[in-house]
Amino acid sequence: MTGQALQAVIEVAGARVSFGAVKALDGVTLAIMPGECVGLVGHNGAGKSTIVGVINGGLTPHEGTVSGDGAVIARYGIIAARSRGVRCVFQELSLCPNLTVVENTRLMHRQLGGFGWRARARAIIGRSLDTVFPGHGIDCELSVGELSIAERQMVEIAMAFSDAGITPRLVILDEPTSSLDASLAEQMLAHVRRFVGAGGSVIFISHILGEILSTADRIVVMKDGRIVAERPAADFTEHSLVEAMGSVVKGEERRRAARDLANAPVVLEHAGRGLPFRARRGEIVGLAGLAGHGQTGMLMKLHAASSGDWLPRKDPAVTFVAGDRRLNGVFELWSILRNFSIASLGDLSRQGLVQADAEAERGADWRKRIEIRTRDMGNGILSLSGGNQQKVLFARALSTRAPVVLMDDPMRGVDVGTKQEVYDIVRQEAANGRTFVWYSTEMEEVCLCDRVYVFREGAIVAELAGEAVTEESILAASFEGTAA
Amino acid sequence: MKLRLSADAIRLLIPALSLTVLLAAVFWLQPRAMSYVGLNLLFNLAVPIALATIAQMLIMAVNDLDLSMGTFVSFVACVTATFLRDAPLLGVLILAGAILVYAGLGVVIHLRNLPSIVVTLGMSFVWAGLAVLMLPAPGGQAPDWVRTLMTAKPPFVPMAIVASVFIAVIAHFLVMRSSLGVLIRGVGGNQRSVERAGWSVVYARAMAYGLAGLFAVAAGIALVGLTTSADANIALRYTLLSIAGVILGGGEFIGGRVSPIGAVVGALTLTLAGSFLSFLRISPDWQIGAQGAILIVVLALRLLLNRIENREKGR
Repeated sequence: MTGQALQAVIEVAGARVSFGAVKALDGVTLAIMPGECVGLVGHNGAGKSTIVGVINGGLTPHEGTVSGDGAVIARYGIIAARSRGVRCVFQELSLCPNLTVVENTRLMHRQLGGFGWRARARAIIGRSLDTVFPGHGIDCELSVGELSIAERQMVEIAMAFSDAGITPRLVILDEPTSSLDASLAEQMLAHVRRFVGAGGSVIFISHILGEILSTADRIVVMKDGRIVAERPAADFTEHSLVEAMGSVVKGEERRRAARDLANAPVVLEHAGRGLPFRARRGEIVGLAGLAGHGQTGMLMKLHAASSGDWLPRKDPAVTFVAGDRRLNGVFELWSILRNFSIASLGDLSRQGLVQADAEAERGADWRKRIEIRTRDMGNGILSLSGGNQQKVLFARALSTRAPVVLMDDPMRGVDVGTKQEVYDIVRQEAANGRTFVWYSTEMEEVCLCDRVYVFREGAIVAELAGEAVTEESILAASFEGTAA
Repeated sequence: MKLRLSADAIRLLIPALSLTVLLAAVFWLQPRAMSYVGLNLLFNLAVPIALATIAQMLIMAVNDLDLSMGTFVSFVACVTATFLRDAPLLGVLILAGAILVYAGLGVVIHLRNLPSIVVTLGMSFVWAGLAVLMLPAPGGQAPDWVRTLMTAKPPFVPMAIVASVFIAVIAHFLVMRSSLGVLIRGVGGNQRSVERAGWSVVYARAMAYGLAGLFAVAAGIALVGLTTSADANIALRYTLLSIAGVILGGGEFIGGRVSPIGAVVGALTLTLAGSFLSFLRISPDWQIGAQGAILIVVLALRLLLNRIENREKGR
């Protein structure tokens, strides 16, 4: 411990993590030194959350090592991470809403038990809240569910910096300011600087580049599971950061021919916060921006607005392609054919009875059209690969008479070949007058759209059309802007 | 401090209010019930129901549901009326084993990610079968100490009330005040964050189920103390009564929102509802339906209150 060069609090070396065919981390090496704040930026799927998962012990890398204070830790897990003082504030709420703030403190600090823990927990969280957010006015005896979203986030941040025996040494803040207003965010950032000044380390993830540039000492830019740039924060500007996040020049041949749709009738409209949403007949409209900034919510609203509440509509107005197949896509126990025909059963039945022949015929027709790789449509849906399951979901939506197709990031975890086939189908159908509203987390897909709405914090903040739909302008729009 | 009722207090309001209203109605119909003996008679059978309700509440605190509560309490009653009297050591061993089985169920349900409803429904047949093996026909006899305990006559306040308060206080400390209780409710509220903090969720579930087994055993013993003999079908109603009691007392099926005091009050309310209907001279044919109607009214009030609460939060 004495006289040596400064050793990293946590060092990840050559970490590789893959989920199925997707490489989430592709050989990442990252060392966090004491007394520094590392800013971590990257677009969707760049691997930010995965590297955070590795550092906080929730994920074990398939390859690579984690070391702390100069020594490789063989069995690095959640408990090992916590005992080294690694804390994490997650993007989504990670407190128990049914418990009070004090009780949550008890849960977060395992070593707090024993008689009189309530008083100790109250003192600890109270002290931390007072330090990070002076004058916060939060009653620690209220259950977390009763607090406002900003208050919950404040409690969570204070929880990460609280000291109950094990001093926090590395605090990971994943989008901590997303629900704080400007003055609270300022208080938090000031505390981060104080904490770092006292020798602590912070990993800071935010989509507000101004915050990162002003708070971090060093900025790490990730893309496709790799670190593509790593420099002192002073060497970056907002513009150069955006540039570093983007990368490839698109193959121009993939780009659709620009189409003039200005005169096509509007089929879908929605006015909310931010710019109004509008989609014309035959148009492919992209919803872009960082994941979880309101795109799925918008699709749900569009769907709810144009489908019947209680009684089924005779002619469907919209149809939906789910992104999370397991959650709201496939019927796992059903055959491929049943999975395909469920959305158009109304057309396939007479007097309330399904016409088996018509169903089989239509199934065979679509199987040929989009090449579902199976010998028998009667096989179970799970016998197909993920990509082919997704194709069945596409066929389900496209075989209805609905003129509008809503797609909720449907290409998640689909192989490249299938993607190309589906892109072709989408373009064909659009040329035939169908409208597509397409939320995608992949740049390449967004760039296929005629027009793109960029979302930030639940509202549309930019509309790009035609030649303006480029990776650079989308990145700029989704990261642009000052603190919320 | 702001003068503001906490959400928990509001949750307790409805069960407390409905109990008061029912009690007032009973006293009005039958003033003689307003006595030591009268109160004891009214609430006697509430004691085992309250214990079973606490057991069900522990399981609901981890987002599960126990459909074997009724048959398990019957099973315990049969053990109490036979083994616990004739061979106390063996009886105690059987009951301890049953509690361990309950804890084991929690482990299996968690590790294999099984739906608790299915597992406990399956177990209900096991318990029912064991109970029938022990007592094919109604019979057996309560151990003397159990009988003495349940028929004790403390001064001023009848045993049924003393026991209910005692159960509520114990359960409150266990579930609402202790670290273990926080952990169990935490699993119901946000299992992932409990895991991330480095706790063993298997342990928490096993403890919740084990404690539920313990309370259910107490329910069975208390029941035999009141009835003096047992039967394999003696407590079949308890499954639904216990669930209704938890919900009536302000608990919820998911989210780890439970209230032990509310659960005991809920159990008392359910028992009282039966007596109230008898006093009204409603024929037994209609009683179950009328009891259901009371439940619906109370739960509708709860929903209304929840809505108001949510609307205030939305502002």
